[in-house]
Amino acid sequence: MRMPVADPGLVSRRAEFLGALRKLVPGEGVIGTPEELAAYECDGLTAYRQPPLAVVLPADTAQVAAVLVYCHSQGLKVVPRGSGTSLSGGALPLADAIVLGLGKLNRVLEIDYANRCVIAQPGVTNLAITQAVAERGFYYAPDPSSQVACSIGGNVAENSGGVHCLKYGMTTNNVLGVEMVLIDGSIVRLGGRVYDAPGYDLLGIVTGSEGLLGVVTEVTVRILPRPEHQQALLIGFPSIEAAGSCVAQIIGNGLIPAGVEMMDRLAIQAAEAFVHAGYPLDVEALLIVEFDGPRAEIEEHVRIVESLAAHCGADHLRVSASERERLQFWAGRKAAFPAVGRISPDYYCMDGTIPRHCLPQVLRRINQMSQAYGLAVANVFHAGDGNLHPLILYDASHADELEKAERFGAEILTLCVEVGGVLTGEHGVGVEKRDLMEVQFQPPDLEQQQRLKCAFDADGLLNPGKVFPHLCRCAELGRVHVHAGALRFPDLPRF
Amino acid sequence: MPSTLRVTDARETQQAVAELLDGGRTAEIVGRASRRSYGRPLQTDALLDVSALDGITVYEPAELVLSARPGSPLSLIRTTLAEQRQHLAFEPPDFGRLWGQAPGCGTLGGCLSLGAGGPRRPSAGAPRDHFLGVKGVNGFAQAFAAGGRVVKNVTGFDLPKLLAGSLGTLAVMTEVTVKVMPAPPCTKTLLLHGLDDAQAVALMSDALSSPAAVSGAAHFPAALAGGLPGLQGASAAVTALRLEGLERSVNARLEHLRQRLAPAGSDGTALGDDASRQLWTDVADVAAFAGPSERPVWRLSIRASAAVELIRTVQESLECRYFFDWGGALLWMELPPEALAHQGLVREVCMRVGGTDAHATLVRANESVRANTSPLPPLVGPLAALTERIKAQFDPQRLFNRGRMYPGL
Repeated sequence: MRMPVADPGLVSRRAEFLGALRKLVPGEGVIGTPEELAAYECDGLTAYRQPPLAVVLPADTAQVAAVLVYCHSQGLKVVPRGSGTSLSGGALPLADAIVLGLGKLNRVLEIDYANRCVIAQPGVTNLAITQAVAERGFYYAPDPSSQVACSIGGNVAENSGGVHCLKYGMTTNNVLGVEMVLIDGSIVRLGGRVYDAPGYDLLGIVTGSEGLLGVVTEVTVRILPRPEHQQALLIGFPSIEAAGSCVAQIIGNGLIPAGVEMMDRLAIQAAEAFVHAGYPLDVEALLIVEFDGPRAEIEEHVRIVESLAAHCGADHLRVSASERERLQFWAGRKAAFPAVGRISPDYYCMDGTIPRHCLPQVLRRINQMSQAYGLAVANVFHAGDGNLHPLILYDASHADELEKAERFGAEILTLCVEVGGVLTGEHGVGVEKRDLMEVQFQPPDLEQQQRLKCAFDADGLLNPGKVFPHLCRCAELGRVHVHAGALRFPDLPRF
Repeated sequence: MPSTLRVTDARETQQAVAELLDGGRTAEIVGRASRRSYGRPLQTDALLDVSALDGITVYEPAELVLSARPGSPLSLIRTTLAEQRQHLAFEPPDFGRLWGQAPGCGTLGGCLSLGAGGPRRPSAGAPRDHFLGVKGVNGFAQAFAAGGRVVKNVTGFDLPKLLAGSLGTLAVMTEVTVKVMPAPPCTKTLLLHGLDDAQAVALMSDALSSPAAVSGAAHFPAALAGGLPGLQGASAAVTALRLEGLERSVNARLEHLRQRLAPAGSDGTALGDDASRQLWTDVADVAAFAGPSERPVWRLSIRASAAVELIRTVQESLECRYFFDWGGALLWMELPPEALAHQGLVREVCMRVGGTDAHATLVRANESVRANTSPLPPLVGPLAALTERIKAQFDPQRLFNRGRMYPGL
């Protein structure tokens, strides 16, 4: 993975930067020793590591603003970081950049039941928000699998999803407002506790912007009343096609389950061996279909799904009879990643989205690729919304296997785009899928996105080297001249 | 008279924009012209007529996505979706009646560009939440695409969200993709009678905090309730709570709500399917203030917790008719005619009582009033500067709908 070349002029001024930053963030807020920096050298995408110039841990919005004012004045790059759980390398440091960690901003500031929202600092974990409002029967809907650790600020940066987003939406559909510091230190509030905001929908554009547009210092999310009841079905099928067809029929019949998860044979076997969830081992595909809501509604939905599943040739079906059993159905799915980790020294998790009806075709092609590359694949799939997570099994101790796994992964994502899907459904582009952006987007598409970046950060100081395969030159992009879609800047550095 | 450029496909749209750019001419982007009364009045060199840029291009019910050219009539989209028992969950309001025009004339592109959500906003979101992908031409005369055609996508910046509600000031859209959802087979409405504003807002908040999945919560004071077709004959205030889904589920939740809300002192009556649909269309479309009328209508997006105090404060200075939607978080007010539509008072009270995040939009006023006021909530400070910079990165020559949102933008 090529990253922007470090500026030796900046690297050589490290001591000066550390001194100045320590004045802005006193106490233990600036980290500079190699031992301590090592803890920040990667995020959840551990294949790439790079210690930053320094790590700065501000304690409030004013300190964030002061740090950004200073960095802006010095041309010093900034990599914002929440809990560091990104699977796409969104918080991968640069040798000539500081990491701006928001972990100290970790308080729930206000719970506003009258307006059904929570105001939290960005370092509060996703799960902590739900825990803060659980006693009054509320919860925060987006539930990425890292919810114990991932921060709400990071969720905003990545527009995180989870297993329930078909019904409840992603982060962007559940955030009402943010306070954000721009690279020049100005503090803006986008949205608030109301349902819409005047002017352009900047909150919508900032959510999922992967730390390229500003640093979020406060988040307001809406909270929902807990559904009266939840029930899940565990359904086994003799083929992926049959399982896929069942999902299509569920949705085609007007049902929107709270979650629909699919696992293929290898994932089922690995999960069952790990947590003994009671999964059938003689099936090719397993569905977990969960409904939530009033009991009367769930009962009716479960009956409809039972009948559709039978019609689609399901050869195994259980309906959770208790909360314990429902959680047991989920235990295997939730442990699928570590379960695959037990059967392979390393695995590489992909994250494309496809139109659901292409699933059988895509899985067939993935199996062919698997044979060609000589690397096994386990598939778990947010089947309701078409978000595919193939786990490529490899062994990093073999010289060429990581590189092979990455090529395999790139081929899978290219296939997702070919069938009408996208590179990433919830993990973000980061550095991981950056160089594939041109598979999904034409040059003018990327230019328009980069122009937006220029409106927020004309010097390109915020999280450079992420999302876009070329650094952009805002002055050139801003010039008006009609052209025929030719590659505008053939001389631009690619990395 | 401004000249008219008519386009029928993406290539012609790009050519038309290139012509505008070459000639340094501004244009108003017009579909079926049903929403021209929204925002500031325009004076442009040309009209860019996109009404022939229409037709559904892809509809995959099982994938929950529909792509269409933006000039497609909403009525076509609605009918097509209804055939598959689906709908646009964001319930686009149609302000035709409010403006004293014929209703039912808008386009899909128009409703996305305006960006307003209907009564289902708190539970199902606004157009922004359902706008998945877009193709368009920016003010550099460059065709570009953003987003995608799948319901779950975080690849690159979410430009469709930026275009939703941008009133055509950033780009000319040539194709849009929206998320579509199963339409609820059954809709019922629990009506509670005779509550004052404070009781009603408290009750709506309680209902929205219950697991009953209330998908609409509106309150009409007595002065307004009787005038709504769906509530004919109501002599006292009416608080309406909507429930949607399978009939059994709706009935069970209706009973649950009745029991939960009983201590509030009203047993309530239930509206069936047809009457419910009529009522909520009236709520979405602000039919209570149907025009034509010289009385200005304001839409205030506020914290529900501030709703009662806010309307009380306005009433101290002005005679006004009003109702609440979104459980009190949306306040519609009709005021006496005035040259500036009382914008000073409305905005001052909105900010002081409603909170710093509250804002007021003048949705109905005649052209001269709209020209002399800020129909849309003004932006200040770094947010205004950022908005200018964003406009410049999409449309640096300010060709599109110049001045519609803000002077000069």
